[in-house]
Amino acid sequence: MVNPLALSRYILLMLLALMPLAGRTQANIEIDTPAIISLEQRMQQRHNQLDTYYARGAVGLTRDGLIAMRDANELPLSARQSVNALIAAENQDRNALYREIARANGHPEWEADIRSTFAQRWIQLARPGWWYQSASGSWVRK
Amino acid sequence: MKKLLGAGLCALTGIALPGCVTINIYFPAAAAEKAADKIIEGVWQLKKPGEEGQGTQGKPGAQEGQGSDRPATPEPTTEPVAPPQQSTQPQQ
Repeated sequence: MVNPLALSRYILLMLLALMPLAGRTQANIEIDTPAIISLEQRMQQRHNQLDTYYARGAVGLTRDGLIAMRDANELPLSARQSVNALIAAENQDRNALYREIARANGHPEWEADIRSTFAQRWIQLARPGWWYQSASGSWVRK
Repeated sequence: MKKLLGAGLCALTGIALPGCVTINIYFPAAAAEKAADKIIEGVWQLKKPGEEGQGTQGKPGAQEGQGSDRPATPEPTTEPVAPPQQSTQPQQ
């Protein structure tokens, strides 16, 4: 015959033991996978080229966590095609980054949340003088 | 009496256990923000004045200012990056 008091204590103990686990898995986002690190390195290298276009206002940060040509008139005709290619490559990597982070954490459905978190943080950390898209879609100079 | 206690325990377990599981499904916004900052600082090579600031030679708090566009990165791993090719910057 099982003592009900002992049983209830046991169950309570089990529940309490689970609590820290729940807290720990929630408080951490995994970004140290090979796929994420290689995307990050590619974007870092590309930034050496993009940096000057952000500063000139030719390229801006969009509200959905990507980048876009803001004002092509800031560029000589000869440079436009290569800058467009840079933007396309960067956006491809950014989309892959958001997808990979969601997947690495076992929640592919988080991709949209991660994208919007990044969209805010890119803009927040942008240097003064760079352009970004406001929530309404208009371009704003930081 | 014992039956009642048992039923109560079952009900408690039934309520509390899914509670633990649903906590994990919520998007951890604060942690995601921290992770995003870490990646963005890496990609844009930003330097936080407070963190890992032992390598500042000369200027104590002048990075991130409007004067120097890019602070000299004191990372030993990467070879010193050449400044952007178009050195003719129109704005002062």
